[in-house]
Amino acid sequence: MFSYTFQWKQALAKLPLMLDGALVTIEIALLSMAIGIVLAVVLTGFRLSNNRFLVAITTTWVELARNTPALFQIYMAHFGVASFGVHFSPYVSLLIGITFNNAGYLSENFRGALKAIPDTQARAARSLGMSAVQAFGYVVLPQMLRIAFLPMTNQMVWAILMTSLGITVGMNFDLYGVTQDLNALTFRTFELFALAAVIFYVMTKIIQIGARLIATRLFRY
Amino acid sequence: MIEIENVRKSFGPLEVLKGIDLTVQKGEVLTIIGGSGSGKSTLLTCINGLEPIDSGRIKVDGTEVHARGTDLNKLRTKLGIVFQQWNAFPHLTVMENVMLAPRKVLGIGKAEAAAIAEKQLSHVGLGDKLDVYPSRLSGGQQQRMAIARALAMSPGYMLFDEVTSALDPQLVGEVLDTLRMLASEGMTMICVTHEMKFAREVSDRVAFFSKGVMAEIGTPQQIFDAPQNPETAAFVKMTQN
Ligand SMILES: Nc1ncnc2c1ncn2[C@@H]1O[C@H](COP(=O)(O)OP(=O)(O)OP(=O)(O)O)[C@@H](O)[C@H]1O
Ligand SMILES: [Mg+2]
Repeated sequence: MFSYTFQWKQALAKLPLMLDGALVTIEIALLSMAIGIVLAVVLTGFRLSNNRFLVAITTTWVELARNTPALFQIYMAHFGVASFGVHFSPYVSLLIGITFNNAGYLSENFRGALKAIPDTQARAARSLGMSAVQAFGYVVLPQMLRIAFLPMTNQMVWAILMTSLGITVGMNFDLYGVTQDLNALTFRTFELFALAAVIFYVMTKIIQIGARLIATRLFRY
Repeated sequence: MIEIENVRKSFGPLEVLKGIDLTVQKGEVLTIIGGSGSGKSTLLTCINGLEPIDSGRIKVDGTEVHARGTDLNKLRTKLGIVFQQWNAFPHLTVMENVMLAPRKVLGIGKAEAAAIAEKQLSHVGLGDKLDVYPSRLSGGQQQRMAIARALAMSPGYMLFDEVTSALDPQLVGEVLDTLRMLASEGMTMICVTHEMKFAREVSDRVAFFSKGVMAEIGTPQQIFDAPQNPETAAFVKMTQN
């Protein structure tokens, strides 16, 4: 029989704690995106270079990031490296794992975006006296980021959701970790996780709507 | 002065420039005509160092373009170049397109760069399009913007590579008028063009290229009315029908 009685009050009383956790989740997602974007630009640069070693780095990274479970990537960033005597806190391991995943996916997005920008753009910039770096930074990169903006938004949402995997490496102060700990204390399993799901949903929705607003402000051409 | 001495250039097995000798004086308007694949575009991109050369020398105001140690970015500020495809930067407004290189390459302040951009854009007839994005402009307007963008660097020379070839016929006139205006102001120009009437009007000299060789060079009258080289004669005859 259905004997579970809902006790929303008890769960709602924990809302402040869960929102604190949500802030940590957002922090990890934002950091992993910021670092991930920078790494993805570098990886894309490697891929476009004619250096076989650099190309191999990007290929390996992208293949691993896209073709293994995110859980495995986070696990490796914690227990995997620990086998070699490197010990990261759960927070750092989670951040590294998600960043690794972000960089791999974003690098592929950037590569696709670059293909859509004609070579003549960089050529025109160079012929105005810009260095290769200036031509990339002022002419190619902004166009690339625009084309890759929607995939970047998706990756940000994915990064938020991936933080829940931190539980496997002992992360306990992000949204999912906090919820799990509260559950162990109160056994209000359904209420707590339903509440967590709503918070996750609201966060990702805000990102999607926010991204759309930013896009209309940023990309007026 | 642009001095081109015995320049050779190959793409793989294909020799595209087979020993070009040519000097362009300050204030001169030189047009280059010739069949497709004769090496006209390649010569322009060699002049501003976008392409390396295999042998020979190109000097701009005494600076050897392909010498080791030449600061190509600095040299290119003296050489404006406009291509057949205008390559507007789509993410920047017309004004920002023109301001970008003066600010980032020459290090000019924002206000001064804006003043330069406004002046050059008005000059080519785009004074009312400053804050528009290029996607809103016609091909002819985008090409004039590209010309203003090059002029904003105060180059000593302007290189034009078939700047009207990608335009709808009714837009060719406005761009040619802009070139005529620059010529009349004394700008030193090398124009690769298929517009024979225009070439005859504005040029001090016309060079005819054929298969990587400068087959003939002379005044417009010499080239168009009394060509010495049979290939020039054939080309001129063909393009005038
Ligand atoms: N980057 C390149 N790689 C290989 N071959 C090239 C390259 N650029 C030009 N070529 C070849 O060099 C030859 C000369 O090309 P170029 O563009 O200089 O001719 P052109 O006189 O400007 O012709 P058009 O009137 O068609 O523009 C052509 O056969 C062309 O295919
Ligand atoms: Mg050409």
